Amino acid sequence: MSIRVVLLGPQRLAPTLVDAVDSLGIDGPIASITAGWEEREGEDRELEEHLRGRVVNLRVYGRAEEIYEADPELRRALLQRHETIRKLRDLYRLRLAHALDAARQLLRRDCPEGEESILEPERAAAIEAVRDLDAHHRERVREVHAAFEAGWRPEERDDVARHREEIAQALKDTAALGVAGGHVNILLNRMRLLGLPGLAAKRPIVAWSAGAMVLGEQVVLFHDSPPQGAGNAEVLEPGLGLFRGVIPLPHARRRLRLDDAMRVELFARRFSPDLCVPMDEGARLDWNGKKWTAHDGTRLLTEDGAVAEEWAA
Amino acid sequence: MTTLFRRYERPGAARDPRALDAVFESKTFPLVDGTSVTFAFRGPADEVRLRHWIHGLASSKPFRRLHGTDVWYLELELPERSRLEYKLEVVRGGQRQLVQDPLNPNMTHDPFGVNSVVHGTGYEVPDWTKVDPEAREGEIVEREIRSDAFGETRSFQVYLPARMRETRLYPLLVAHDGADYLRFSGLKTVLDNLIHRLEIPPLIVALTESPDRLREYGNDPRHADFLVEELVPDLEAAYPISTEPADRGLLGASLGAVAALSTAWRHPGFFHNLLLQSGSFAFTDIGELDGGPAMDRVAEFVNEFREDPGRPAERLFVSCGTYEALIYYNRSMIPLLQSTGMAVRYVEARDGHNWENWRDRLREGLSWLFPGPLWMVYE
Repeated sequence: MSIRVVLLGPQRLAPTLVDAVDSLGIDGPIASITAGWEEREGEDRELEEHLRGRVVNLRVYGRAEEIYEADPELRRALLQRHETIRKLRDLYRLRLAHALDAARQLLRRDCPEGEESILEPERAAAIEAVRDLDAHHRERVREVHAAFEAGWRPEERDDVARHREEIAQALKDTAALGVAGGHVNILLNRMRLLGLPGLAAKRPIVAWSAGAMVLGEQVVLFHDSPPQGAGNAEVLEPGLGLFRGVIPLPHARRRLRLDDAMRVELFARRFSPDLCVPMDEGARLDWNGKKWTAHDGTRLLTEDGAVAEEWAA
Repeated sequence: MTTLFRRYERPGAARDPRALDAVFESKTFPLVDGTSVTFAFRGPADEVRLRHWIHGLASSKPFRRLHGTDVWYLELELPERSRLEYKLEVVRGGQRQLVQDPLNPNMTHDPFGVNSVVHGTGYEVPDWTKVDPEAREGEIVEREIRSDAFGETRSFQVYLPARMRETRLYPLLVAHDGADYLRFSGLKTVLDNLIHRLEIPPLIVALTESPDRLREYGNDPRHADFLVEELVPDLEAAYPISTEPADRGLLGASLGAVAALSTAWRHPGFFHNLLLQSGSFAFTDIGELDGGPAMDRVAEFVNEFREDPGRPAERLFVSCGTYEALIYYNRSMIPLLQSTGMAVRYVEARDGHNWENWRDRLREGLSWLFPGPLWMVYE
C-alpha cells in the first residue's frame, strides 16, 4: 500500500482534522502523537472530542522520558548528540547570516534595463551559495545521526525496544495516525528514538503545524520578524522522510512577511524544487506517495516573489 | 513644514469662516505632515499654549491666532516615529486652564491624569500591545506578605501565565510600580501576547508596589532585602519558580529602575536580568545635585555605583526616551555598565518619560532577557 499523508493548517482555533479523516474514509481508532506538547502530551481532551472519542495517544513524549529515566547511559549519549548538533547549528548560522545578507542585497538591487544578464547570474550564484550551505548543514547533521545510530543502536536497547514494541501493538488496532504540532525538535527526536518513521508509514497520516514539518525530508525553521535577530530561516536537520517535495510553513501569515516579494522569492528559490507552502488555518495538502494535491485556499510561495492562490503541484 | 493656515495670514487673504469650517471638517488635528505637525484650537481665548514634556524645547509654546478669527495654531517639527504627549493651556479672562486637545481623540493615561498624544510619521502603536483574542489569558492574583524588612504587611499582585503547570519551573520577573505597569503600560496584555507569540517563555511576574517609593526606591537597603530575602522566597514557595539566577529578573522605570539596579548591586548575582527603563540615574561629577532629598539619595547611590559598580547582574536592557531630561544620565551610564563585563543592550526612542514609551520597549527588552521558543514551537 502506498503512503498517504495529509498536511493541515493549525488546528487550535478552527479544526479541520475530522473532515480530513472522514474524507479518507477512516472510521476506526486514530493513533495520536502529541509529543510536541511536551509535558502537556496527555491533555488531548479537545482532540479526543473533535475526533469523536477515537484517539489512542501513543504517549511518545512520556515514553521517551521513561527511557531516559531507565537508561541514563543512552540519555547521556543523546544529550551529547544534541550538544554536537547545537554546535554545528551555531557554525551554520554564522555562515548563513552572511550568505543570506549577500543574497538579499543582490535581490534588492535595482537592475538597470538591459543589465539583467549581468545581475541575474550573480543573484543565482548567491542563492546557490545559501543552498549549498543548507545542504552542507543537512549532511553534517545526518552524519551525526548516522554515527549515533550505528554506535548506540538504540533499537537494541531494552527499554527502547520494549516501547517500540508497545507502540507497534498500539498501532495495530488503529486506522490512521495524527501528528500534532508543538516543539518541533522534541517531536522529531522522540519520534526518531521510538522508530516511528518505520512504524507509522504503514497507515494514513494526518499532521499539522510542527507535526507536518517533521515528516518531510528536511525541517525548516522560519520567522521573518522575530523580536531579536535578522529572521534568517534555517534548516534544522533532515526530517523523517515520509514525504518529499514540500516545505510546510505553519502560521505563515503571522511568521512570514508575505507582502515582501524579495523575501518570498528568496525563500522559494532557496528551497526549490521543493514547494514552500503556507499552512494557515484551512490549508490542506494531500500526498499519495507520488504527487501532491492542494485543496482550495492553500497557497504557494513562488519564485517570482508572489503568493499564488491557485496552483498545481 | 505644513502651510495649512499660513495662506490665511497673507495680506488680503479672505478669512471666510465657512472656508475655515471646511478646513476643520476635512482635516484631523493635530495634522501630521512628514516631519511637521500643526496643532489647532478653535474657540474664544486670550491665549493658547502647548504644554509638553520634551526636554530641550521650551515647555510652553504659544499658539498663533489667525487674525480676525477664533482659530489658533502652532506648527512644530516632529521627527519621524516620535510620540509627543501634551496638554493645551487655554487662557480666558485671566483664567488659565490645562485641557486635553478637544480636536484630538488620541489620549494617554498616567498616574497624574490624561494627556493628549500625537504620533509622528511612522509611529504606530505596536500590535502586540493590543488585546489579541487568540492569546490565552494569564491571571492576576492578589497576595500579601509579612515583611520583617519593612516591619509591616505588604500587598502585591502576581501575574500567572495561562496554563501554568506545577511540573514546570518558570522564570520570575519582579516589577516595580507593578500596578502602574498594568494600568498604564498594559503589561498583562503585553505578557499574554508575547507568551502567545512564543517571543518570551511563560513567566511569573511579581507586580510590587511601594507606599513610599521616593524613599524605598532610592537605594533603600530595606527594599533590596525585602525583594531578595522575603518576596522571592515567598513566591518560590508558592509557585513553581526556577531558583536559577539566570531565570530571575527585575523591571523598573524611572525611580523603579534605580530600585532595580540598587537591589541587584546590593545582592550581586541574585538577579541575572535587569530591564531598566528611563532610569533616574542622576549623578554629580562635582558638587551637589540640588534635586531634593530623594534625588540626593539617588545621586549618592549612583555616584557610589560609578565608583564601584561590581557586576550586579549578567544581562541589562536599558532604554530611555530622547525627549527625556534623563537621557544624559542614561547615555552616561552605558559605557560604565558595559565596562563591568555584563551584556548590555541600550535603545532609545523618540518619546518622553511616560508609560507608553516604557510599554513600547517591553517586547524588545523582555524577549532579549527572556528569549522564548519562537524558532522551535509551531502549534
